[in-house]
Amino acid sequence: MSRAADWGLRIAGIGAALLLVTLILAALGTSPAQAFRLIWDGAVGSPAKFAYVLTAWAPVLLCAAGLLLTFAAGLWNIGIEGQVVMGAIFVTGMLRLTQDVLPPAAALFLAALAGIVGGALWAALAGVLRLYGQVNEIFGGLGLNFIAGSLTVYLVLGPWKRAGIGSTSGTQPFPPKLWLPPILPGINVSLVEIVVGLAAIVLVCLALRGTYFGLRLKAIGKNLRSAFLLGVPTERHMLAAFALCGALAGLAGWVLVVGTSSRHQLFPLISGGYGFLGILVVLLANLNALWSIPISLFFAAISMGSLQLALQAQLDSSLGGVIQGLLVLAVLIVGGIRSRLAAASSERTARSR
Amino acid sequence: MSNQRIWHLVALLVVLSMIAGACAPAPTPTPAPPAAQPEPTKAPEQPKAPQEFIFGVVLVGPYNDHGWSEAHYMGAKYAEERIPGAKMIYVDNLNPGAKPGVTVPQVVDDLISKGAKIIFTTSDDFKDGTLEAAKKNPNVPLVNVSGDHAWKEGKDYQAPSNLSNFMGRMEYGKMIAGCAAALTTQTGKLGYLGPLINDETRRLAAAAYLGAKYCWTTYAKKDPADLKFKVTWIGFWFNIPGQTLDPTKVANDFYNSGYDVVLSGIDTTEALVEAGKLAKAGKKVWAVQYDYEEGCKEAPEVCLGVPYFNWGPAYLKALKLVQEGKWTQYWDWNGPDWKDLNNRDTSAVGFVKGAGLSKEAAANVDDFIKKLGDGSVNLFKGPLKFQDGSVYLKDGEVATDLQIWYLPQLLEGMEGPSKS
Repeated sequence: MSRAADWGLRIAGIGAALLLVTLILAALGTSPAQAFRLIWDGAVGSPAKFAYVLTAWAPVLLCAAGLLLTFAAGLWNIGIEGQVVMGAIFVTGMLRLTQDVLPPAAALFLAALAGIVGGALWAALAGVLRLYGQVNEIFGGLGLNFIAGSLTVYLVLGPWKRAGIGSTSGTQPFPPKLWLPPILPGINVSLVEIVVGLAAIVLVCLALRGTYFGLRLKAIGKNLRSAFLLGVPTERHMLAAFALCGALAGLAGWVLVVGTSSRHQLFPLISGGYGFLGILVVLLANLNALWSIPISLFFAAISMGSLQLALQAQLDSSLGGVIQGLLVLAVLIVGGIRSRLAAASSERTARSR
Repeated sequence: MSNQRIWHLVALLVVLSMIAGACAPAPTPTPAPPAAQPEPTKAPEQPKAPQEFIFGVVLVGPYNDHGWSEAHYMGAKYAEERIPGAKMIYVDNLNPGAKPGVTVPQVVDDLISKGAKIIFTTSDDFKDGTLEAAKKNPNVPLVNVSGDHAWKEGKDYQAPSNLSNFMGRMEYGKMIAGCAAALTTQTGKLGYLGPLINDETRRLAAAAYLGAKYCWTTYAKKDPADLKFKVTWIGFWFNIPGQTLDPTKVANDFYNSGYDVVLSGIDTTEALVEAGKLAKAGKKVWAVQYDYEEGCKEAPEVCLGVPYFNWGPAYLKALKLVQEGKWTQYWDWNGPDWKDLNNRDTSAVGFVKGAGLSKEAAANVDDFIKKLGDGSVNLFKGPLKFQDGSVYLKDGEVATDLQIWYLPQLLEGMEGPSKS
């Protein structure tokens, strides 16, 4: 396949995705140009709006960082949503224990550790199921997501319910002293959230590029069997990938409970789809850590910007999700076609020899 | 490998540039500096247009849910029509199922940035978020509907002065609903499809029960011990899969276990829809809708009626206070207009009888409404006991607003949990 054809295919893929989105918008009776402009303005129209994009960016970054590790090892950690939820549960539990006893900074720090532990344990469980229970991590992860969600509902309606109230709406919000402070008044995102997210992805990038651990994970991802035969302790590494991914997901749970613009409480669906969004990011970035940074920002911007569709064009804001999904699908399809064409052409050259 | 990297760069640039391109359509050059488009300074043919007065509304469900949120949407429209220049902007479906990661303060910020001079947050679920937003924006009046943060005598008074509350006295509507149900049931078993458990939902379920018991004994002349009244709570104001019980299933369970009338206490119409389906299959079942005046439309033949909120006048009052610069904090609990229950301009709470209600029952319901209106019947009057047998109201004691608003338990004779 010529290079030009290759590029043509790739651009056609993205073009097709955007065309499809345009058609959907047109079918809904909205001008696509207006819709895209609304999303854009909604995301970067003012510093305050961009702060909300950054608020969504932090958990996506953390999830993407974790998923880079599991994907490197060839694992589909669909259970990441549940790991975020479990992190948030541990965070809430820790804050409930410490909020009246410890100074806020200490309580927040311990809560972050608790979130890391909670997410890591839940992910390790998916890993154990995969390695020792022969349960594919996709099915195991889905099941564990469901259990984590149910556990939240149970806690919110049961042991952690608000006095006299039986609502799945959420636990008693934590007081302002336990909210991460905003960068500036009116810019409702905390520096801590952004720095934690960026640090995570940079560390993962370094680990994957410059350490034996990363090299081994990639070897496992390329070919589990040969990695094993070459002496890589595959089980230990796969479990570690799960646990580290869960730890970062749990940290995302911490951000979602204590973040400047969060609801400051535990509630069902607290993971908000950020884990799944992380999967899309990493797929679109083709497992490249550095590319995951702008792509996750881009996706966070679409998520927040698409709110304006509902606000100003009376469209369903879930269109943002449709756009993200179509882009990823298009890229995956193009990837599939490319590898197929490549295989066909290499077969041809092999035969002609 | 580097080939791949170039590809990523190009792919992203393509996407970004297409979106950016879409943002700058040819005809209208987007002004890069924040300054608004330079309007022509002389605009002589403008004066007849009244000054624009934007207000924001935040809805927990879809604006067209045929229930709670639609009633608010219509109420806001009513006020919009009556105030020259008024313009509503709204956000609907603000709940973690539909808009994950979006909070009330965030939406309030956005509405303010679009010029909203007052913002209504129309759910109990927005109580905490509205308080946070009110503290953040001390100069913008906010109204949380159904809340009590602004009730000075209440148990949870903590609102800053820019935050007010209003609510309708739906207890009366629910009593009428209970009456219609009790006069229709053939099995003597009434189901109440409850949302979540809190002060509001306890008092409304209890009111429905009191109305049912009164009409059961007074008009149907039956033994109160034969009336079953069971409450099942789904956990939220409407169905969120995985988070709540499925109201469709709960309604079905009621109908399939001998409960032939289900009273809806949730924001949406599942009870009535299910009743309609089962009736088509030959089952003798009915439902009482809730919240929205035209709620019966989904299945009129099995609808006994709908107690509904007429929010219009309350929105109008709030808008006028702001427009005229007379805003002060208030907490309103608006009652029905007994002279004309369905008067759009005066009655905060109404009841529309449904096609499923028999003529005879309808006459009795009318009589009951008359008695409620002239004060000859007060159902929140002792002797009344709580579900656990302890005394709620002593013989002859009439409940105060505080005792009704903060009803701590369901009443004796009702089945179902009082707390979670």
